[in-house]
Amino acid sequence: MAARDQAQRTRELVAGRLRSGGTDWRGVAIEGLLLLSLLASLAVLVVLLADTVVKALPVLADRPLEFLGSPLSARPERAGIVQAVIGSVTVTLVVVVIALPLGIGAAVYLEEYARDTRWARLIRTNIRNLAGVPAIVYGLLGLAVFSTALGLGSTALVGGLTLATLVLPIVVITTMEALSAVPVAIREAAYGVGATRWETIRSHVLPYAAPGILTGTILSLARAFGETAPLLMVGAIAGTFSFVGAPWDQLVAGYTTLPTIVFHWAGYPQADYRALGAAAIVVLLGVILLANATAIVLRNRYDRRW
Amino acid sequence: MTLDTRPAPMGVDERRDGAGATMRLVTVSPMLDGPERAVNGDAPGLRFAPEEVVFELDRLSCYYGDVRVVRDVSLQVPSRAITAIIGPSGSGKSTLLRSLNRMNDLVDGARITGAIRYHGVDLYADGVDPVEVRRRIGMVFQKPNPFPKSIYDNVAFGPRVAGFRGDMDELVERSLRRAALWDEVKDKLRTPGTALSGGQQQRLCIARAIAVEPDVILMDEPCSALDPIATLRIEELMRELAESYTIVIVTHNMQQAARASDSTAFLTMGEDRAGYLVEMAPTKDLFTRPANRLTEDYITGRFG
Repeated sequence: MAARDQAQRTRELVAGRLRSGGTDWRGVAIEGLLLLSLLASLAVLVVLLADTVVKALPVLADRPLEFLGSPLSARPERAGIVQAVIGSVTVTLVVVVIALPLGIGAAVYLEEYARDTRWARLIRTNIRNLAGVPAIVYGLLGLAVFSTALGLGSTALVGGLTLATLVLPIVVITTMEALSAVPVAIREAAYGVGATRWETIRSHVLPYAAPGILTGTILSLARAFGETAPLLMVGAIAGTFSFVGAPWDQLVAGYTTLPTIVFHWAGYPQADYRALGAAAIVVLLGVILLANATAIVLRNRYDRRW
Repeated sequence: MTLDTRPAPMGVDERRDGAGATMRLVTVSPMLDGPERAVNGDAPGLRFAPEEVVFELDRLSCYYGDVRVVRDVSLQVPSRAITAIIGPSGSGKSTLLRSLNRMNDLVDGARITGAIRYHGVDLYADGVDPVEVRRRIGMVFQKPNPFPKSIYDNVAFGPRVAGFRGDMDELVERSLRRAALWDEVKDKLRTPGTALSGGQQQRLCIARAIAVEPDVILMDEPCSALDPIATLRIEELMRELAESYTIVIVTHNMQQAARASDSTAFLTMGEDRAGYLVEMAPTKDLFTRPANRLTEDYITGRFG
């Protein structure tokens, strides 16, 4: 009898303690604020995209192929972006040829060969700092070194070299991260059966890190593809010209790129040019989004969980 | 034979029975008969006839930077037997093991003083190639670490880098058979090694180690990530491999050392936080009548 009373009292006591204290208004308010900041950032993006697409519609709806296939022109209704597309592709190819082997090689050295000394740490830290240097500084570097000192002038080769130095630190960092994600245990396994350092790297470390390296590489190429300021410094033509050349001709001649053309057209007061600029932005964004999507797909499909 | 080398592995592996293990232990034991037990002085190690010694450690100390983690260990490792290294965490067992095939060369700041002689040759002498050392002194690690490649390629990698020119299919099969894994994987050699169970992965790593025909296999707590049944299979396998190879195993598991090894070295951590050798003896002696109080405390569970 007493035991049952005791159980009853315990039950009431526990029920009292467990009862909810009503709605947690502070929690609701915080959740609301966080949601609001998310919506605000999304809204900016959506408005920007919608505005651009609407402005671009006259050009993209009326003459999409002509726009892509025509050269620049002083007459807005005939102007196109073919030189800019070729120029952008050329510059990006130069970046691929220069920045990828150099960047991946530097990363393999730092991650696999260099001992962990004070100097190695200093270099690693400063590569991270380099990735944060404003793009215009690389433009100045390109102008001083590639255009003037090496005498390469205002060519797509100089544009590509300049952008290659710009993305080099990013390639190094992403490659180093991909390499260091390969567990020490895998390296030890290879060394343990008598592999040399290079055999270990070639047969195991690099192949297992390849998806990560590729992802980082694509993202850095997208960055180079959309870069404007340094190219203005090293002579991408922000004006109208009639010369249309194949990529290899552009290497040694005047060139322009998509973002440069956007910058150029944005400077005109006429509404026609605003439509042209918006259309060029849509093309630019399309390419960059495609590159990023490819990187994400690659990462999701091939990334390894250790 | 007072030691029970395998307590009740019923239904674990029907091809081998307990009697076989006892037989093997008898055949291995003669070389352990009549060792001097050096329990006093600075070198408490077993003495073996020179031709039976694979490793001779002479006042070996191991350092990471300025920190000494192994202090003045002198001992001898006999040929074609299983030598266990036991001791509490931090007693430098793994470091000592990893210095035997120069695996610790890969760790920045790792170095040794004293000498490790392998068949009489100083492993750390100038001109000794660590790659050649590791080809002869293979290693099986704490956590199974198969390459994320096919079972076949896991086994074939070592022979390939060693320039093996013979019949690779045959070598892969032979290695997997000796690692007691062939029957389980013969129909799926192209599937990734990482898709196997933990115990199978560890046997794959053993197959990978023996594919290059090493002289010694070092095992760094090879069963610590495995369940008891997989552990017993690895121990059986070790006993078989000890007929052809010298095995040195680091283990946290005293029962494992007692079951599977021929001689045992007990390390503990000194006041300077460096591991040192307390005593080394034939396993049955060390576990039944330890010469040192520290050993007795450890094996009876009063320490650690």
